[in-house]
Amino acid sequence: MTAPQPDGQPPTGSQPPADGQSAVGGAALAAEGALLQVEHVAKRFGAVTALSDINLHVNRGEVLGLLGDNGAGKSTLLKILCGFQPPDSGRILLDGQEVHLKSVDHARSLGIDVVYQDLALIDELTVYHNMFLKREKVIWPLLNNRAMRRIARERLDAIGIGLKSVDVPVARLSGGQRQAIAVARAVYSDAKVLLLDEPLAAMGAKEAALILDLIRDLKRRGDLSIIIVAHNYGQAIEICDRINLLQHGEITFNKLSKDTSVQELNDIVIEEYRRALQERQKSA
Amino acid sequence: MSETAERAPEEVAALPPTPGLGGGFWGAVKRFGAVLAQQREATVFVVAVLLVIYFWRAAPAFLTKDNIVNISQITAPVAIIAIGEVFLLVCGEIDLSVGFIFAFSPFLMHYLIDYYGVPATLAIIISLLFGVVAGFINGFITVVLQVPSFITTLGTGFILFGLMLTTSNAYPANIPAKAEGIGHWVGTYAWAEITWAIVLALIFQVVLSRTRWGLHTVAVGGNLLGASEAGINVARIKYAAFIMTGFMGALVGLQEAFRTNTIDPSSGGYQPMFYAIAAAVIGGTALAGGSGTVIGAFLGSFVLAALTDGFNLIGISANPEPIIFGAAILIAMIANVQLARLRRAGRMT
Repeated sequence: MTAPQPDGQPPTGSQPPADGQSAVGGAALAAEGALLQVEHVAKRFGAVTALSDINLHVNRGEVLGLLGDNGAGKSTLLKILCGFQPPDSGRILLDGQEVHLKSVDHARSLGIDVVYQDLALIDELTVYHNMFLKREKVIWPLLNNRAMRRIARERLDAIGIGLKSVDVPVARLSGGQRQAIAVARAVYSDAKVLLLDEPLAAMGAKEAALILDLIRDLKRRGDLSIIIVAHNYGQAIEICDRINLLQHGEITFNKLSKDTSVQELNDIVIEEYRRALQERQKSA
Repeated sequence: MSETAERAPEEVAALPPTPGLGGGFWGAVKRFGAVLAQQREATVFVVAVLLVIYFWRAAPAFLTKDNIVNISQITAPVAIIAIGEVFLLVCGEIDLSVGFIFAFSPFLMHYLIDYYGVPATLAIIISLLFGVVAGFINGFITVVLQVPSFITTLGTGFILFGLMLTTSNAYPANIPAKAEGIGHWVGTYAWAEITWAIVLALIFQVVLSRTRWGLHTVAVGGNLLGASEAGINVARIKYAAFIMTGFMGALVGLQEAFRTNTIDPSSGGYQPMFYAIAAAVIGGTALAGGSGTVIGAFLGSFVLAALTDGFNLIGISANPEPIIFGAAILIAMIANVQLARLRRAGRMT
């Protein structure tokens, strides 16, 4: 099946949505009043089109799941939204105002922060230095290590990350602890929009539970909008308010989590795969 | 003390007795040893102390005032260049051209004063700025044109060498008379160079371990993409390290010219650069980037100087010196790699 286009646009395929409900049927599905809105964003790398026409939004306090197969362009989209890469075309609106994100720092100053898939942690640095990297506490010209150590300790305790010491290099921590530190770093940067790139990738069950609990806590706060890139449909439906599916550089599916299922998402992705396979066989 | 992942002094002081190390005097000694082993400079510090004791016992003249001045004058130029190389190595780059900046900067001062009538102080400042410009060019080719720094600085080093030989006709020159006064402070006085070296080493150790610039330098060398994703201006960090190294090269070139009272086309070159890198490595700087210490490099410079001077005093030929140097670099590197492995595994906390 082909899912409807997001943000009020008609479905791209011939089939209607599975449950007959338009993708823009719910209040949360509409883009009006969205905190972050992306309109017709495109990005190419040489001959490769990573994103062809992206339209999505996230409302205040909402958790949006961004799903898609490998190479669909999810990470590229996140890197555009956090200011790491500029889009080739399209608009990004924050609180209804168009913004041109010049750098990660600029995006952060506007309230958009990111936790990359690779976490952007520096193994050689301590936990507290990593947490404050590029936002260090300084008593000019020196680092205020004492303050950073104390605040890092408080923040990690507050979100339930039990570390014996914040003075250890992050290289010594488990995958879940590293992820939690990267999330904590972004959460405490006064972010309005938090972008999480595959926060559960390569996690064991216990570590994934730690991160899911952390996201639930953030959701309860109600003032933070989160976009989560994920591969695990079950986890995404469980934790997100709404699901967008990214295929071939476009958002092809936009539904509230309660209105979809793992089966439906699987069907869409598998059908798309089969169609592509048939086209390849025909052309061969 | 290196910052990166070592413990803060107040926390080290508050450490409880490590299980298995026991109490009492020997327990305290072992705990001190454990704390010492946490510091990257520990190995080279112990080696430096042992060398001093050995050469002093073998040749009592080793610790006379004249010989200490001699050792200081061997240590200082290597140590000052090593400061720049440490910053470059920590952020994942290297500068092979610094010895040729060293060689050209005093000639530039000579040309400006003797041929163009530029006042001595201004000529010295311009010669130092030449090092800054050379460093900037190295940075530009490496960062913007994305040529590996090893190749960039190999090329610019040859160009500078050729410029120096061409403009000087490979003849030495005298120190311009107008510059002799200010030259005392730059390098002529017996303790001038080592004073510069100590002050600069202390300042840049603080910069590396206690400032945002230092922290970002470590971050760039530790995880280039991660640092960039965190919002660090990677290019600016690398430019700064190249520029600083170029400045240090120019400074040492002027100092050595004033100290030896001649501008010699055979001074500088690859030797001081390789000694500086060796000193950095012996002092605990990782060639792969992400960690290093200026104080360690200073101690490494002292170790190399003590070996050079000590062998002369006890009458050993200069011929086997490179063997000792090579072995020292390898042993230091092996020790550093193994200690870093133990630190990462958490077996030295």
